Amino acid sequence: MSLTGLFLILFLTVHLIGNLQLLANDGGKSFNAYSDLMGNNTLIQIISKGNFFFIILHTIQGFMLYFKNKGAKGSKYAVSPKNKTSWASKNMALLGTLILAFILMHLGHFYFQFKFNADALATVNYDGETIIDSYQKVVEVLTNPLWLGLYLLGLAVLAFHLSHGFASAFQTLGLSHKKYTPIINFLGKAYSIIIPLGFAIIPLYLFFTK
Amino acid sequence: MSGDLNLTLKVWRQSGPNAKGALKTYKVVANEHMSFLEMLDVLNEQLISEKETPIVFEHDCREGICGSCSMVIDGRPHGPQTGTTACQLHMRHYKDGDTIVVEPFRAKSFPVLKDLSVDRGAFDRIIQAGGYVSVNTGQAVDGNSIPIEQEVALKAFDSATCIGCGACVAACPNGSAMLFTSAKVSHLGLLPQGKVENTKRVKSMVAQMDKEGFGMCSNVGACEAECPKEISLDNIARLNRAYTGAVLGSE
Repeated sequence: MSLTGLFLILFLTVHLIGNLQLLANDGGKSFNAYSDLMGNNTLIQIISKGNFFFIILHTIQGFMLYFKNKGAKGSKYAVSPKNKTSWASKNMALLGTLILAFILMHLGHFYFQFKFNADALATVNYDGETIIDSYQKVVEVLTNPLWLGLYLLGLAVLAFHLSHGFASAFQTLGLSHKKYTPIINFLGKAYSIIIPLGFAIIPLYLFFTK
Repeated sequence: MSGDLNLTLKVWRQSGPNAKGALKTYKVVANEHMSFLEMLDVLNEQLISEKETPIVFEHDCREGICGSCSMVIDGRPHGPQTGTTACQLHMRHYKDGDTIVVEPFRAKSFPVLKDLSVDRGAFDRIIQAGGYVSVNTGQAVDGNSIPIEQEVALKAFDSATCIGCGACVAACPNGSAMLFTSAKVSHLGLLPQGKVENTKRVKSMVAQMDKEGFGMCSNVGACEAECPKEISLDNIARLNRAYTGAVLGSE
């Protein structure tokens, strides 16, 4: 859980940095070039397959953990316990399942379109080279109020998942230290706000400017 | 009498391990000077005089050090006070007219025997798997012959304060025994006498813990919040560290 989780946390940063190019005021040129590179570079393709593998592994581990732990608890208390534990920490499986649904929707919107439906997509010509107009596709999806709402909801779910997952991964690996654990906890909280917020700015910007 | 409290108790009654249990409502008059267990004693006297079966609950020292008392009061193992066992919870924390729900510890590995009493034999078997230090019998060693750093001794002592009551398992939504096992591994493994067998101990105690069917730790932290001896999550990280080292580093 912890190792796959940490890899996916790293992936989020890279994914966000790439996507921030959608905010560039150049009619989508930089994003299209980036998207074309991502789709055709062999190294990126290998990392992308690895990323899918880790998503699947993290999901399988998560479900196994959920069912094992549910069985180990057995029956519930008549009065639900009130103590200072976070809601997210007790609902990671629910949050994770929602994120999985979000990822499938997201892949359906973009990845599968570029991979299997490329002929139907608009193209754009830069200096004699014709590439898929990914930017146009992104704008098309995210300016739809329904999709915008679902993307923002998905990011809120991600924020809660990260708010527990980040620091928890370090604790599971045994990386606990009097000096560094408070820093890790702080970074975890900061990360869980900054990353989803960064992602959320993109659809909101596109929705209100396009 | 001054300080009397008219209470409504909802207590889990279950006649045997395989019987179906249910919460039963009782009225009891307690005094604010009583401990929680003394209040249950009063209720049991009342039940006996009414020719009813008294409520089974475990208790021994009644001074917070034996770890016998095992009950969940209003959804919290050992009740609402932090760092306190059920026997050290006093009725002055309640008001006249309060309703209190009392349930047994719940986890698959802690089957209910009767009413509020659960079988915590799984903890004994985890200890038997490696929670000891092998020493040759003979002359007692001089106390100061093995140097131990003060900070290390204090850390080991903090872990050793675990009374093995099982509140961590009861509080954990995963029914995990990581806080207990990690406290035992830490208190022995931090000290030079216990360090020698640490690799073997960590592996066999964790294996026994899994065999008993306890859940896995997902770092919720409910155990730390409810532990009457305030055992810290640092112990769990230490166990994780030791376990990874033991599995990867040993033959």
